[in-house]
Amino acid sequence: MWEYAPAPESRDIANLKPNYRMFIDGQFVEGAGEPLKTVNPGTEEVLAEVSTAAPADVDKAVKAARRAYDRVWGRMPGSERAKYIFRIARLIQERGRELAVLESLDNGKPIKESRDVDVPTAAAHFFYHAGWADKLGYAGYGPDPRPLGVAGQVIPWNFPLMMAAWKIAPALACGNTVVLKPAETTPLTALVLAEIIQQADLPPGVVNILAGAGDVGAAVTSHPDVDKVAFTGSTEVGKIIQRQLAGTGRKLTLELGGKAANIVFDDAPLDQAVEGIVNGIFFNQGHVCCAGSRLLVQESVADELLEKLHARVSTLRVGDPLDKNTDVGAINSREQLTKIQQLVETGDAEGAERWTSACPLPDKGFYFAPTVFSNVSQAMRIAREEIFGPVLSVLTFRTPDEAVAKANNTPYGLSAGIWTEKGSRILWAAQKMRAGVVWANTFNRFDPTAPFGGYQESGFGREGGRTGLEAYLDV
Amino acid sequence: MAAPTTSPSLPPALADAVRDDASLRRFLHGLPGVDQVGVEQRAAGLGTRSIKKASKMWAIDTAISMVDLTTLEGADTHGKVRSLAAKARRPDPERADVPKVAAVCVYPDMVETAVKELEGTGINIASVATAFPSGRSSLKVKLEDTAYAVDAGATEIDMVIDRGAFLSGRFGQVFDEIVQVKHACGDAHLKVILETGELATYDNVRRASWLGLLAGGDFIKTSTGKVSPAATLPVTHVMLQAVRDWHAQTGQRRGVKPAGGIRTTKDAIKYLVAVHEVAGPEWLTADLFRFGASTLLNDLLMQRRTQLEGHYSGPDYVTVD
Repeated sequence: MWEYAPAPESRDIANLKPNYRMFIDGQFVEGAGEPLKTVNPGTEEVLAEVSTAAPADVDKAVKAARRAYDRVWGRMPGSERAKYIFRIARLIQERGRELAVLESLDNGKPIKESRDVDVPTAAAHFFYHAGWADKLGYAGYGPDPRPLGVAGQVIPWNFPLMMAAWKIAPALACGNTVVLKPAETTPLTALVLAEIIQQADLPPGVVNILAGAGDVGAAVTSHPDVDKVAFTGSTEVGKIIQRQLAGTGRKLTLELGGKAANIVFDDAPLDQAVEGIVNGIFFNQGHVCCAGSRLLVQESVADELLEKLHARVSTLRVGDPLDKNTDVGAINSREQLTKIQQLVETGDAEGAERWTSACPLPDKGFYFAPTVFSNVSQAMRIAREEIFGPVLSVLTFRTPDEAVAKANNTPYGLSAGIWTEKGSRILWAAQKMRAGVVWANTFNRFDPTAPFGGYQESGFGREGGRTGLEAYLDV
Repeated sequence: MAAPTTSPSLPPALADAVRDDASLRRFLHGLPGVDQVGVEQRAAGLGTRSIKKASKMWAIDTAISMVDLTTLEGADTHGKVRSLAAKARRPDPERADVPKVAAVCVYPDMVETAVKELEGTGINIASVATAFPSGRSSLKVKLEDTAYAVDAGATEIDMVIDRGAFLSGRFGQVFDEIVQVKHACGDAHLKVILETGELATYDNVRRASWLGLLAGGDFIKTSTGKVSPAATLPVTHVMLQAVRDWHAQTGQRRGVKPAGGIRTTKDAIKYLVAVHEVAGPEWLTADLFRFGASTLLNDLLMQRRTQLEGHYSGPDYVTVD
């Protein structure tokens, strides 16, 4: 047997500091909230202490953002704004290794993903939107679309840096200023992004980054002087925010949960479909709102596909997020691990057939072995609820119509995957899918030029592409 | 078609596939397609595996033991083959613990010399045959060519398929030729060269792989080395999938040999990772995986020294042949 020797990326590259502070009005400051300790989910050790915001700090940040909007950023020509945004993009690339290692430490995702996906995509979003800053008149929203003002943004823990980029880049390009709150369990890369923003010499107050838990997020989204709220996270919290903002006239975009279907027709390229299924549900430990968590496979190829899938999933290497050969890293928190375990138990109880990879798991840290449930029916909780973990539910179908009906039979509608060698079937199924993103013969590919967003309980509004600009313009 | 006699143990579904030309065509066109973007993405992704320390040392020694040390030039002489054989016996004269290579691969008229030089070493003598590299001759000549090499003592035959026949859809003809060459091989192992650079699509590579396996090839091999592109990682992925699926259906393990264009240890390790994770760890043996290469061996030797001595020594410290 050939055992790969450990190939860990050095954690020194992360430049980890014992304390991190919030970023308000161009300065790193202590918040008046109770400091939080952020934990490495791969080892359960405390990484750093982070100061958090009290309500007065949120107010200070919003005031700073307002001032920066009124005096500088809102009236600056787009060509000037673009220079700052390009500079941020380049600095993200320059500090790419540092950001990647820090992200893997704080979040638990494997270094190969933070290095090859999160950081490059974050930089790409800044590059892409920098290009728009002086061309907004050609985006299809009138000859001179105006910004909205101050954007309050709250992001989740699954792609901490990438989500920050998805939020900040379009807001800045359109001329808005920002108050951003990263997730409680993953604040570090956003605060290093604050350093980069300082390095890029952005005028004080244009971007403010606050740390803290849900209460700080609520204070940001409900602040009366915020003109636009953007939230990515759970459907539950999204509904609360929508209720709060109803009738205030403030603009809102929400990117919430999902329970995406990955449909494999019998004429699919099976080996690549297996890769796409694996990438769809085990990428980032399944902590992906657009994860392909429901596999719908045509009955005539179900046995063959499942056999190949089990063999492939068995080769996934689960463990130390910093090891360059790790495919599946750590679950982000104990709380999330417990949630996954509970939902998996309901799968057992409701009679689904459970298969778990025999891969070894580390003794310390939060890990969950890749799991595939077969014989799943639409009625089961594991087919209906978002698990947000490395757990796949396999359902079968007999005809294309049945596949579409089952795929759409969910309150969500964020993404979908279609696997077939037949082009006409791809076009037919994509039209029928009630999902914001439909991938054909691939899955979980992100590009700043492609709008991303959902239907129904997966939220509204788009991020990325020309369409995504609308969320930050007064149109 | 002269089929079923060669593979008496084929399960019914596969035995049906080779019943006649039409069945063969239906079978090969019924194989699942290969998505180009997907297979290339997977090959590139697996290429990022980081193999260090003991696992790298193991990979280097394993790769050396899988090399088919090759010279296939018009300018080949007995002297050249003799020195190649010496290199095969003792790849690094200063280090006796370096494994021997798997085989020496030459043209048929050089087999006799290679046999003499390698007697008693356990190193195989592979010979290309069947109007290598183009395969453009009559079946009679191809079989004579094979018999000539086998009679001279070749233990392995690397044949080329008729790509012209394959591309014009005459699968039965290609199949029959392989079957007859296999017959002419006797006890010699047969490697079937698909020349994937001329087949152009991954779908064709998959079909040709199955064709070679159905006809009784012990190995399927990517290329002659005379056509560009020669071996690539994604093509090798598709061929590894074929032997894996063949095993799942028949219980038999067949081999894969990428040839041409693999020059560095880094590349060789990427191929071994693919063998490990696509076909499975059982394929990590010279019985089931080979590298068709000439310059690769010296890079493996240099990297081996680097691993042991802690510093790089350079090309003047390994023998050119």
